[in-house]
Amino acid sequence: METPGKNNATPSTDLRRLWQAATLVRFGFAAGNVKSLVFKVPEWVKHLPGQHYDIRLTSATGYQAERSYSAASAPESEGVIELGVEFLEKGEVSPYLWNLKEGGKIEIRGPIGGHFIWTSEMPGPLVLIGGGSGMVPLMSMLRHYHLTDTSRRPIVFLISARSLDRVLYKEELEELMGKHPNLSVVITLTDEAPSDWVGYKRRVDSEMLQEVLAKVSGGMPMTYICGPTGFVEAVSRNLVAEGAAPHLIRTERFG
Amino acid sequence: MIINEDFEPTRGRDKRLPPGQYETRDFPVLSLGPTPEVTTEGWKLEITGLVQNQLSFSWEEFLKLPIEKVKKDIHCVTKWSKFDTEWEGVSLDELMKRAGVGESATHVIAYSHDGYSTNLPIEDVRDGKAWVAVRYEGEDISAEHGGPARLLVPHLYFWKSAKWLKRIEFIDRDVPGFWEVRGYHNYGDPWQEQRYTFD
Repeated sequence: METPGKNNATPSTDLRRLWQAATLVRFGFAAGNVKSLVFKVPEWVKHLPGQHYDIRLTSATGYQAERSYSAASAPESEGVIELGVEFLEKGEVSPYLWNLKEGGKIEIRGPIGGHFIWTSEMPGPLVLIGGGSGMVPLMSMLRHYHLTDTSRRPIVFLISARSLDRVLYKEELEELMGKHPNLSVVITLTDEAPSDWVGYKRRVDSEMLQEVLAKVSGGMPMTYICGPTGFVEAVSRNLVAEGAAPHLIRTERFG
Repeated sequence: MIINEDFEPTRGRDKRLPPGQYETRDFPVLSLGPTPEVTTEGWKLEITGLVQNQLSFSWEEFLKLPIEKVKKDIHCVTKWSKFDTEWEGVSLDELMKRAGVGESATHVIAYSHDGYSTNLPIEDVRDGKAWVAVRYEGEDISAEHGGPARLLVPHLYFWKSAKWLKRIEFIDRDVPGFWEVRGYHNYGDPWQEQRYTFD
């Protein structure tokens, strides 16, 4: 049931194992607290939506710091890797990445990961549930869907954010909704909402999940949940309690 | 190698940190899907495969086995390490002695309640290297962290320490488990930085 992917085999000279010099070619804001960084690497390997990359910084003294970041780009965005980097106040790596200018270089290797993956070859409806910067790998899945899939399967993207300015890729999501009538993007704001906000204003709960899942028909959906541990735990528990099959739910937890 | 001239490390480089790891004081949770509901009621741990006596313990029976206290550093493949974690559990040596593991056994597979499995060479669970842990920092192990009982093999990356343990099987060949067929290293030594299949 896994989809190992044609370009993801393990040849003896595997490019994925190499630390490559990645050059920042573009950056922008995915949300108020998340920067979108687009890198180019000399030996690009097509990833699968949901996979991550390892990045490495080396100081002048030889000290190294490694972290993992999920790809936000679709595999179809050839030659580039887009990451979503949340600024962490006491972080060691994220402030450096935030300050990186066009042409700046870091080391990167991957893609990595073989479970939190969705491709349009997988049948059935799709449910994506993201908390905060947990939206990043889900966006790779959605972009991949947009670029490759003509099935018109039902897709729901449920987003939990503290406030509207923390919803990643908001404009792009609106655009995609316009293009795909089968796609519903549902946002819940947990801390702060505009006065004219008509959407959900609470943490994801059973009632909300029921209402949102009612938009998905045509078989049991594959569900991908990504976000902070407490969020993923609560959402996945609720889904299982509502009768979802645990083996159709895949999770990725941040911290 | 690229040198990031203006990169100023804010974390120290503790000798206990394997390459590429950083220290955390939290205890992050990583699992492949929803946390399964496993209670001590009706709980069973089975020891099967190439053994003279197949064993099956209820929770009460298992707690009557000799429990050891261990303090170990643990290392997750997602880059965090946590120092001096305190566990209580039954040594695999004890379980192997009781089961009478056959000489032909070369590997073990640990199976979890959520369908997860992981493989280990038998040398890596022998001679005080592995435990079935039932307590963490003096408390029952929480569900997210694999309670009621999880494997503890601290010298390898922590995905080898299977959560929600239900069976340990002794076999005479190597059979890669869940992550080992999904891009992660077959052995997983943090000091060799054996993270992924291609490392």
